[in-house]
Amino acid sequence: MKPKPYLSSFLFLLIAAILSLAIGSVFISPVELWKILRGLGDETFTFIIWQIRLPRTVLVALTGAALSGSGAAYQGLFRNPLADPFLIGVASGAGLGAVIAMSIQWPYSFWGLMAIPMSAFIAALITVFIVYFLARVGQTIPTTNLILAGVAFSSFATSLTSFLMLRSTSEVRRALGWLLGGASQAGWTAILAVLPYIIIGLGILLINGHRFNLLQFGDDQAQQLGLNVTRTKTILLIAASLATAAAVAFSGIIGFIGLVVPHVIRIWFGGDYRRLVPLSIIGGASALLVSDVVARIVLAPQEIPVGIITSLVGAPFFLWVLRTAKNQGYW
Amino acid sequence: MLGMTQEKINMLKIQNLSVSYRGRQVLRDVSFDVKHGEVLALIGPNGAGKSTIIRAASGVVPSTGHVRTNGDDFHALDPIQRARYMAVVPQAISLPPAFTVWETVLMGRTPYLGFLGNASFFDEELARQSLSKVNALALSDRRVGELSGGEAQRVLLARALCQSTPILLLDEPTAHLDLQYQISLLELIRELAHTENLAVLIALHDLNLAARYADRVALLVGGHLTSIGFPREVLTAEAISHAYCLPVHVVEHPFMDSPLVLPQ
Repeated sequence: MKPKPYLSSFLFLLIAAILSLAIGSVFISPVELWKILRGLGDETFTFIIWQIRLPRTVLVALTGAALSGSGAAYQGLFRNPLADPFLIGVASGAGLGAVIAMSIQWPYSFWGLMAIPMSAFIAALITVFIVYFLARVGQTIPTTNLILAGVAFSSFATSLTSFLMLRSTSEVRRALGWLLGGASQAGWTAILAVLPYIIIGLGILLINGHRFNLLQFGDDQAQQLGLNVTRTKTILLIAASLATAAAVAFSGIIGFIGLVVPHVIRIWFGGDYRRLVPLSIIGGASALLVSDVVARIVLAPQEIPVGIITSLVGAPFFLWVLRTAKNQGYW
Repeated sequence: MLGMTQEKINMLKIQNLSVSYRGRQVLRDVSFDVKHGEVLALIGPNGAGKSTIIRAASGVVPSTGHVRTNGDDFHALDPIQRARYMAVVPQAISLPPAFTVWETVLMGRTPYLGFLGNASFFDEELARQSLSKVNALALSDRRVGELSGGEAQRVLLARALCQSTPILLLDEPTAHLDLQYQISLLELIRELAHTENLAVLIALHDLNLAARYADRVALLVGGHLTSIGFPREVLTAEAISHAYCLPVHVVEHPFMDSPLVLPQ
């Protein structure tokens, strides 16, 4: 029962994207969608698709891809199945960085918008190195240390973020909705601002699959096989943090996508990083699109932040992985 | 011989190698050579520095002194260059379950692969040869995490052979193996050293296996090299009793041409 990995995941992505475009305050059927794409659709629907739904679909897909791809990367770098951008605190750190940038200058201009992911990136990098050194014992990073350091740092960053938002103008306070995870105010400008970061971040992860594989044998063996371990790990940590930061800067903090998707891919298609990274990227985009659709319809016409959906599914999954990983000793 | 392009290199030369760990000196001024086509066994009690020498020589722990081959000091080489000179066989514990034997052995080609890490036909041919040298070709499609200790150790040896290096370091490869696997692995290693003209440095804790399979042995006590030579010269009752703080007898092996250490 092993379907073709790339074919099935692209098919899943296509279905998720069509659902994401079709479902909302007004339903737009796939037939109507096809007409709109050929420029033959109803004028109102065409406007809704091009100006509202499509940018949102693209941003959600990019966010899911970035979070899931970087989740797979963190798991490989820390050799820990529970490393997720949210659980290890990188997402909260990036959120803090983004809010700092926002409270300095709420982004009216394009360049103001570009500064947000940059600030989120710097904060994410600081976070990942702090958590890494807090959690490390000799050459290994025990799961409990990693999660504790991540959660502690995450609380710290979230408190600072809340403080910054409360003392700022009402403009920034609006960001509260954003922080819970929701790409509802997305436009093409946001996509343009986020795209370079995600392409660079995920691109670096994609071409380093074989180096991730070597790292799974431990730092010593990887180095004895000819890998410059310190340099490789640093580059890959930076790339993963870049992708996470870009996702957080425009879609808020969305937990567990980076944990659940790479894990499911690992179970279905194995842990070879030359396949795991690309499949996690495609799978993450699809999974977040579906979550976003669910977030739009459960309390329709009201929308709930997509982060709530991913946590509802992801937290029990996390506990399950925690138990099985403990039983296996090493995943 | 495919991939053996470094015929000119004569030996592994270790000079004044010292390692400190958390302010404590665990290896002091150790110097010795390993010749090509020879198996040199490092013996000594736990904590004497056997594994430390392997780890320092392969560059995964910082050290002072010199590790040279053909005039090149390994301290000045980057990991890729070093991995073209020496391959290391670690203990086969906690191997990641994600990879097949074939994929694992191909990782031995890492120091020769391009930026994207794609293996060529030549690399695959070498992997096939390495697997057949250790009689593990039939295991190709198995996952390394599911192998028995003996099988996994042979696969790691194949990965090291696939690295096509003139020097081979092994860190207690028999530590977790049943007796029959200990014997067959060491037979294989000695045979490879002689037929492929490899310089083999092997850390062993079993004195009698060292006596039987090593061409020369080096005795380490407390981070010092106390003696080095043929098994018969090093494995004396006096030296071993002193090193292990335990009175021992050394007798002639009844069936082999080697000394046999018997604790009293």
